[in-house]
Amino acid sequence: MKKKWFAFLSFMLALSLLLVGCNSDRASKSGGNGTRLDIFSWWTGAGEEDGLKALIKLFKEKHPEVKVENAAVAGGAGTNAKAVLASRMQGNDPPATFQVHGGAELNDGWVAAGKMKPLNELYKEEGWNDKFPKELIDLVSKDGNIYSVPVNIHRGNVLWYNKRIFKDNGLKAPKTFAEFFKVADQLKAKGITPLALGDKEPWTATQLFEDVLLGTLGPDDYKKLWTKEVSFDDPKVKEAVKTFKKMLGYINKDHSSRNWQDASQLVGKGEAAMNIMGDWAKGYFVNDLKLKVNKDFGWVTTPGTQHSFMVITDTFGLPKGIKNEDDVMKFLSLLGSVEGQDTFNPLKGSIPARIDADPSKYDAYGRLTMKEFKKARITPSLAHGSAAPEGVVTKVNNAVNIFVTQQNEAQFIDALKTAASELK
Amino acid sequence: MEPKVKSAMQMKIQVRKKKTIVAKDRLFSFLFILPSILAIAIFVYGFIGWTGYVSLSNWNSQIPDFSFAGLKNYVSLFHDFRFQADLRNTAVFMILFIVLVLGMGLMIAVFLDQKIKFENLFRNIFFFPMALSFIVTGVVWQWILNPSTGVNLLMKKVGIEPMWYTSVKVIPGVEWGKIQVGIPIAVIAVVIAAVWQMTGFSVAMYLAGLRAIPDEVREAARMDGATEFQIFRKIIFPLLLPITISVIIIMAHISLKIFDLIYAMTGPGANFVTDVPGVYMFETTFRGNYYASGAAIAIIMLLSVAIFIVPYLLSNRKGES
Amino acid sequence: MVLKSVYRPILYLLLIMLGLIFLMPVYVILTTSLKPIDQITLSQMWQLPSLIDFSSYQMAFSKLAPNFINSLYLVIPATLLSALLGSLNGYVLSKWKFKGSDWLFTAILFGMFIPYQSILIPLIQFLRTIHLYNTIPGLILVHVVYGIPVTTLMFRNFYSSVPYEMIESAKIDGAGIFKIYRHILIPLSISGFVVVGIWQFTNIWNEFLFAVTITTSDQQPVMVALQNLSGSQIVQWNVQMAGALLAALPTLLVYIVLGKFFVKGLLAGSVKG
Repeated sequence: MKKKWFAFLSFMLALSLLLVGCNSDRASKSGGNGTRLDIFSWWTGAGEEDGLKALIKLFKEKHPEVKVENAAVAGGAGTNAKAVLASRMQGNDPPATFQVHGGAELNDGWVAAGKMKPLNELYKEEGWNDKFPKELIDLVSKDGNIYSVPVNIHRGNVLWYNKRIFKDNGLKAPKTFAEFFKVADQLKAKGITPLALGDKEPWTATQLFEDVLLGTLGPDDYKKLWTKEVSFDDPKVKEAVKTFKKMLGYINKDHSSRNWQDASQLVGKGEAAMNIMGDWAKGYFVNDLKLKVNKDFGWVTTPGTQHSFMVITDTFGLPKGIKNEDDVMKFLSLLGSVEGQDTFNPLKGSIPARIDADPSKYDAYGRLTMKEFKKARITPSLAHGSAAPEGVVTKVNNAVNIFVTQQNEAQFIDALKTAASELK
Repeated sequence: MEPKVKSAMQMKIQVRKKKTIVAKDRLFSFLFILPSILAIAIFVYGFIGWTGYVSLSNWNSQIPDFSFAGLKNYVSLFHDFRFQADLRNTAVFMILFIVLVLGMGLMIAVFLDQKIKFENLFRNIFFFPMALSFIVTGVVWQWILNPSTGVNLLMKKVGIEPMWYTSVKVIPGVEWGKIQVGIPIAVIAVVIAAVWQMTGFSVAMYLAGLRAIPDEVREAARMDGATEFQIFRKIIFPLLLPITISVIIIMAHISLKIFDLIYAMTGPGANFVTDVPGVYMFETTFRGNYYASGAAIAIIMLLSVAIFIVPYLLSNRKGES
Repeated sequence: MVLKSVYRPILYLLLIMLGLIFLMPVYVILTTSLKPIDQITLSQMWQLPSLIDFSSYQMAFSKLAPNFINSLYLVIPATLLSALLGSLNGYVLSKWKFKGSDWLFTAILFGMFIPYQSILIPLIQFLRTIHLYNTIPGLILVHVVYGIPVTTLMFRNFYSSVPYEMIESAKIDGAGIFKIYRHILIPLSISGFVVVGIWQFTNIWNEFLFAVTITTSDQQPVMVALQNLSGSQIVQWNVQMAGALLAALPTLLVYIVLGKFFVKGLLAGSVKG
């Protein structure tokens, strides 16, 4: 009996050590940084994962000698991935190339920390300097050097509306704040929730606020907020806060228990009339809710922002201290090519960052947005880390979360000013 | 051991042999626990020290910065709306949670102690939630207490529809510091889920305590003409006091550390009505890159837990020796 | 103390009511997860499914299966290793006491109560330096180390009940520290190993904070995957509920089969037992 027990224990121990052994094998395979080209992103959702896989497939066809690894990190709409990236960078173990939003997330984050190499040569060789809008290149540049290649463009200032509700009530999609409130009042009188919001994760409310800021200040002053040329106690900001507060009077009651999809769903199913969300919502309407563009739902730019384009762009750069720089360059040049962009974007549901891509590959929304992208002023999104560093965004998110409930304007402005004091 | 008389010589040899064996065994005994001691010294005490060091630094971005910041991170926390709300929520959660777990636990334990039929079945019903993860509990209760889906569909018929964890009301909501002080309705929803999960613990503890009280004690009291209620108040409750204290301390430290349940069930909530230090620490450190601030929150959490645990551990030690 | 018989019906009534309240989440999980998609609407939430449909389990399983395997890889070695260390420590700290050993024990015990947030930042830095960040072995190491206090406590309490005379007489017979451990304590502590094993198994399976901060995507244990699955209505409720049940199944099974040992561990875990 004793012996048996002892033998059993030793066996289990041996087994457990074996399991540990197996595991470290597995881990070292995936974590290795040898000559593998590990492409780090948070593209694990439905369309985006397909897009990334198609891109990798295309790359493998062109460069079969390079070993590619899809090192995508799931969960939390990129927040998990960013935490992993931060930890890998701190440990001097950067991925070969990684997804990063153009703007502050890139420039005040990794470039300022001296972790990125400039890509000016690549842009020159490939002749990209006039293939991307200038304001977009500015967004991925710091002190005259370009640091990453934009792959896709999402628009943040879009107001989605339920076509049937608008038609039944004889309403027109609002273009200005005055029109918005007029429409909202009419809807409210009919007992329809005018504006759907799902701020379980606070960035959705921040995104609504930034669209109000843009609509009130205009693109120039909006951009100056992030360079500290316009202060957050500017009368126009105060006006924007007032408008934002007024808008909050028209939202669904259970907003804090919903995420952005749940809010879009309200519009999709006709339980609310409008929703302000980035154009990834289109993918959700079409793919998940099986709704038709321009038939079930329609869109306009958010009030007062017709000529602006709140841009969220995913870009890839070249970190310092990696062994396979040449392979990364090959990948980046594919990313920036028309072929690469037209492979990825139709699947992801975004539009290409290049202005010379092929419109026929995109749907009605995509084609129109591509057209507007060429003309519109490009402004960086705060909610998605393009306008200001992560730390500022976190603080603004906290402030917005409090404001949505308390609606204390003075306190909100104070909190915004505190957050902005961290801007560089 | 044979009672044979051994020569003096033999005795000496044996004693010496035994001594060296004992000395060797002593050495081995240290070797046995050495890995654990080292691990605890580094992973618990060393790391706490390092976290303390980080909390005094300026490391508030993606890139480490260990320059000395003094108590700046702590000071700004106590001026921070979110952290003040966290303190309120934790206090309210802790009190409600402990009171309910103790009350329900004692009640159920007494019920189960009445020599009832199917005791095992009932016991299992109250115990099984403890085998679950807070994440599972959070996922399920998030749905049950969702104002537009769950239990409200039933409560509608009675005419009450609480907002549960989406409520932003704080009762009575006296302004103090930056926050409204009182009981946030949303916290109650989280407490319900936590109580569902942890009541089994106090039931088990109390039941063990009740079973340890010999029947003679009660019989004797009954013979002296005490009523059942008096027996309870004068005899049973005092005997259960040490158990009550243990449960309070265990539940208090769970409340102070709570993270998974809230993260899975509600997140920080609108206006931070369900936020707690554990969630704030996690988000500010690993999402906002405020490492020094996060470390400061962690140290505050540790100190608050230590207030309960250290005296408890010391008194346990005393009780033993 | 038995209440008078008039009260007994009321007693049963109260117990049954409490029992039903406690079982409500189970009802919700089961009915929801067994419904076909088209019956997942708000108005039907509390109704029984009209026909039983396992598709939500299929879907939840396909999403959680890899993480489920990760959890197994994590839990089995971590449980065994921490039980072994705890047994060694408990043996020394109860039967080979030395000056200051009680203080040492208290110092070890403190590690069981700390909020793990207070060691998380250095822990992640440390794991990265030894290249175990975002690996299951890294997570095993963490659970073994932070499992030491509770396993030590349980085994020490357990071995304390082994009479000193037994050890002494073995010593006089010439048995050394190893022999005593192997031939006296281990055979005596089989139930101790079961209690500690179940306790650690349950705790590590259910743990979330380490799992979510130390691992990502394909290395994540099942609880993190479950959390990622929930909280969005893109994933239907029935799938979420099925996922919750699948993720809870191992610990539930352990509880159902070995419930007595689980409760023992519970009581032993409250320091004194």
